[in-house]
Amino acid sequence: MADATTNPTNTGLTTADGKPLKAALAHAQARSRRRAFLLVLPLLLFIVITFIAPIGQMLKRSVYNDGFTVQKNLTTGEKTPIMVNLAKWFDENPAGTEPDEAAFAALVEDLKQLKETRAAGQAGTRINYELSGSRSLFTQGARKAKKLQPPYKEALLELNPKWDDPKLWQVMRSASSNFTGTFFLAATDRTRDADGNIQRVEENRQIYLKLFWRTLKLSVLITVLTLILAYPIAHLLATLPLRYSNLLMIFVLLPFWTSLLVRTTSWMILLQSQGVLNDAMVAMGLISDGNRIQMMYNQTGTVIAMTHILLPFMVLPLYSVMRPINPSYVRAARSLGATSWTAFRRIYFPQTIPGIAAGGLLVFILAVGYYITPALVGGSDGTLISNLIAFHMQKSLNWSMAAALASLLLGGILILYWLYDRLVGIDNLKLG
Amino acid sequence: MKKILILTTALSGFAFAATAAEVTVMSWGGAYTKSQVEAYHKPFTAETGITVNSVDADNPATPIKAQVEAGNVTIDVADVEFSDAIRLCDEGLLEEIDPAILPAAPDGTPATEDFIDGAIQDCAVANIVWSTVFAYNKDNVDGTPTSIADFFDTTKFPGKRGLRKSAKATLEMALMADGVPSDKVYEVLNTPEGVDRAFAKLDTIKGDIVWWEAGAQPPQLLADGEVVMSTAYNGRIFNAAVAESQPLEVVWDGQILDFDLFVIPKGAPNKDEAMKFIAFATDTKRLADQASYISYGPARKSSGALVGLYQDGKTEMAPHMPTAEANLGNALVNNFEFWVDHDAELNERFNAWLAK
Repeated sequence: MADATTNPTNTGLTTADGKPLKAALAHAQARSRRRAFLLVLPLLLFIVITFIAPIGQMLKRSVYNDGFTVQKNLTTGEKTPIMVNLAKWFDENPAGTEPDEAAFAALVEDLKQLKETRAAGQAGTRINYELSGSRSLFTQGARKAKKLQPPYKEALLELNPKWDDPKLWQVMRSASSNFTGTFFLAATDRTRDADGNIQRVEENRQIYLKLFWRTLKLSVLITVLTLILAYPIAHLLATLPLRYSNLLMIFVLLPFWTSLLVRTTSWMILLQSQGVLNDAMVAMGLISDGNRIQMMYNQTGTVIAMTHILLPFMVLPLYSVMRPINPSYVRAARSLGATSWTAFRRIYFPQTIPGIAAGGLLVFILAVGYYITPALVGGSDGTLISNLIAFHMQKSLNWSMAAALASLLLGGILILYWLYDRLVGIDNLKLG
Repeated sequence: MKKILILTTALSGFAFAATAAEVTVMSWGGAYTKSQVEAYHKPFTAETGITVNSVDADNPATPIKAQVEAGNVTIDVADVEFSDAIRLCDEGLLEEIDPAILPAAPDGTPATEDFIDGAIQDCAVANIVWSTVFAYNKDNVDGTPTSIADFFDTTKFPGKRGLRKSAKATLEMALMADGVPSDKVYEVLNTPEGVDRAFAKLDTIKGDIVWWEAGAQPPQLLADGEVVMSTAYNGRIFNAAVAESQPLEVVWDGQILDFDLFVIPKGAPNKDEAMKFIAFATDTKRLADQASYISYGPARKSSGALVGLYQDGKTEMAPHMPTAEANLGNALVNNFEFWVDHDAELNERFNAWLAK
């Protein structure tokens, strides 16, 4: 301060060696910031490599598919462009042009090349995603392309009349560019007609929107059920003396440490129509042998098994929030004349909200992505959207479709998260 | 310090190659894998000293694409269905197998002529002929189901039915039960009306179906009484009935024949051993041997004569083979071309139908 008074022209404080204090401070802070950044760098790299990059890859795959443009040799890794002549014809002629002799000549040229590069199956598969039954068109066409004589249009149509289908040409046009919205359209039960207009797919093939909706509903239901079951348990755990509550805690954690598959199959043994529960009810005479209750291979089975499996994820955050709540608050409220319900509603419950928020979010997000349990106990009407993602990843091998579905799921969850933040506030979340 | 960290992290990303010669074979689990271990793996190790690791999956075709694309192939040989073998080969995910490596039959017939038609493909060699049949639990069914129509008749034979959770085989059976002769099934299924007809038939029993995915499930569901009839891979029922004395009976009417083939994923870590294994396992004697552990027909003509008794030493295997004359009365050969083409579409529709 002495500096400032004796030297009124000075614009600010300085350090002992005459540097402005502000700059010196900034310099020192920058150093510590750098050190802090270096400390978190390994974790940051880890997250980028194992989390952000794969998600980015997934998003890319949902709009990018080069099955009709590039053949990649998996052993050498070299890439050969395919269907080049046809792509050129598409570039020169606007959408909706009737394919002429030049177009068919280009197509035959490309089919010959498909045969040489052994890429007919791959190109056909790419078209088959959008127009079922066209895969064999390409494999057959490539096999016989060498023998075809001009005029090519007639020759190809003689080989297979399907080559004249305007829808096929529309699909080939859209597949000849690597970036496409097709998979997102398909993931919302939509498709393009031969003129390129968007429309709903026919009724008996609509499935994805229905499953998104079902996944959302069941996840909310499971979250509510786990909350109803976990709240009293957590309260008991938090208020009992330690020697009892530890024992109870073991009971909560034991299933947590058991393999997911084991727990799911145990539920199968309990719930199936010839299972433990049904047998017990028949033995007690509650139901007759003829009317055993079907609790398995349907939505009921999915809800029961998932509620049990996700219960610890609700109990633990609630417990960690309830443990430090001081019981004297509720006692004070009671002594001031509040009924036990009022004391709970106005004193105890508000203090547990952060735990409810944390548990609810945790259970909901886990439930949305569950697929092993619904696959085993869900039967036909208990499967969720994640089962379809798994189906496209593993069985139909249409990874772009799986990526599009997964991206929609991710987007949906982010929107819900944003809503949650607006309504509850993410800062109110307490995990312990 | 950081350098060391980065180095160790990078190194741990690579799996170290095994030192001893080995080969990893992926198959369908349960009784089927057991039969392969006895008939192929053990003799192969005894003869060559190459260790065989056996892994199981619900469907071994499933992990191949993921592994090849990720450049992290851990299996050398996989046992897959016909349409999957063709599809994976077309997508460039499999190594080509030169038929010249396959041994000739004992009488000198070259392998290319000794195998059943279609059993040798560019990237695959068949080992067995198997079929999807339906079976019932004698304790839980009043009367005797004899035809595929009985499977769909819940008034005559009340009770739950088990079906594989996929369009393949399910739709064909529905059409055959609806009276379509087996030689017309794929013709009908190739039309939108035919597909509607198949689903309409399935609709009639939809409320009574329990869906299975792994081959080991149907014998279990039947034995538990969870279903009274179920479609199944025929060998699994044979094993449950003969080896475990379960009261299960196969109905051959409306059976759907299919091949299983050995394939090698592209970039398999032990490609040479894999080729050796396939050549060894598909010779005349091994294929005949396998038939004494499970009732699947060998894919070589010359193995047929060698098929003898089940390992219990008293059950004749021949009548239990899907290819036995008596069992071919109303049989359908799976049309792989059709399924390679329509798999995606029909499964999409099937899933939508399930979710209704």
